[in-house]
Amino acid sequence: MKASWAAIWTIAKRELAAYFESPVAYVFLVIFLLLAGFFTFTFGGFFERGEASLAAFFNWLPWLFLFLVPAAGMRLWSEERRLGTIELLLTMPIATWQAIVGKFLASWLFLIAALALSFPIVATVNWLGDPDNGVIASGYVGAALLAGAYLAISCLTSALTRNQVIAFILAVVLCLALILVGFSPLTDLLARWASPWLVEAISKFSVLTHYDGFQKGVLDSRDLLYFLSVMAYALFATGVVIRNHRTG
Amino acid sequence: MIKVENLSKSFGSKRAVEGVSFEVGKGEVLGFLGPNGAGKSTTMRMITGFIPPSAGSVSVCGLDVQENPIEVKRSIGYLPEAAPSYTEMSVLSFLRFAAEMRGLRGEGRRSAIRRVVELCHLENVLGQTIDTLSKGFRHRTCLAQALVHDPEVLILDEPTDGLDPNQKHEVRTLIREMGESKAIIFSTHILEEVEAACTRAIIIDRGRIVANGTPQELKARAATGKLEDFFRSITRSDTVTESA
Repeated sequence: MKASWAAIWTIAKRELAAYFESPVAYVFLVIFLLLAGFFTFTFGGFFERGEASLAAFFNWLPWLFLFLVPAAGMRLWSEERRLGTIELLLTMPIATWQAIVGKFLASWLFLIAALALSFPIVATVNWLGDPDNGVIASGYVGAALLAGAYLAISCLTSALTRNQVIAFILAVVLCLALILVGFSPLTDLLARWASPWLVEAISKFSVLTHYDGFQKGVLDSRDLLYFLSVMAYALFATGVVIRNHRTG
Repeated sequence: MIKVENLSKSFGSKRAVEGVSFEVGKGEVLGFLGPNGAGKSTTMRMITGFIPPSAGSVSVCGLDVQENPIEVKRSIGYLPEAAPSYTEMSVLSFLRFAAEMRGLRGEGRRSAIRRVVELCHLENVLGQTIDTLSKGFRHRTCLAQALVHDPEVLILDEPTDGLDPNQKHEVRTLIREMGESKAIIFSTHILEEVEAACTRAIIIDRGRIVANGTPQELKARAATGKLEDFFRSITRSDTVTESA
């Protein structure tokens, strides 16, 4: 068990270093923080809300992540295939799942670090008012889980092709679908002709439905389970795709 | 050390390898010859466990590749075709990664890296990004990766491809020296290489073994006594369309 985590950590370290060896990490961090700040203080109406909370920040994250997470995850496997290094990686003495988990964890840690860098917004709120920091913490947990779910889907699409652009677009479309099934303008439209239980059942599949709980400060095990199962399922599917690709 | 039995691989309806069997023992260097697309790389990929065979079996050091993939991979060093590497890494960090993946840590890792850096003459480019290296250095970096854990079995897919004549000579010498204590399979298009470095050669054409013997035996089978003529007489160029 110890040896298998050592291999996973070795892969994760290399993957993390790869982000910082190229400009990818810095471009990502700067764009993420700029856009997050922009949305929070303009469309989010940070000041106009008149409440000490991070709702203005968290409300925009599912949409911001929709583009940024696939951008961070698109290279994970397609780059290995393009360079041919997948042949090196998978002939080393490890199981395929270790490589999948190692790469996923590296990217997830990177995204969590990006989230953590939004701390000045938390500091601002605490300086201006008296927010419920428990709700903020649960909001961050939700945001990290959301990023993980999007990222696992990006892993999957990245394993499907050696072309990063295709991997990116597929991931955005899949993540968008997971948003839209619970996006109220759309569910309201659906509710006009479908029975309410059906609309509710469909919206249960949406990341938004489960993300909202965390933003209200409610840590519900069902929401946690939802995100963890999306990740597990997408990573499992990644393994199937890689195996099929090798079998030819 | 390496035992290949009735190995076959089909991609869809295309049969890449058909019923290939051979053995390689310790102290043997097996040259793998054949025209492009004959199934050399596919066979090597099956031996290293990268792709599963459609039929047949491979065992390395007495262990079946399909049943004990991780143990088998531990004893193999593999240089894939075109010598891929993580091009954004430096040579040193790439070798550190390879050593760590092979379970080497601390002083063991440092001395292993020192050994392969010397063996592959990488001293002057250690800190350089692989991206910025010439093809010869990239090739040797990937070769160093295959040697870092001092494996008992070496699978080298075109190890001299893209090297200049001096570098080719060095790699051949290296293969011959290492062949004394390891089991090595290497593929090549260059027939002189077989004579220079191999104890035995297999010629493969359209997925089947068409000749198996020492370089001297194979040469003797050509009327002119040249390996090249023998090769040309039993393999078919891919520009010739199949009749019937």
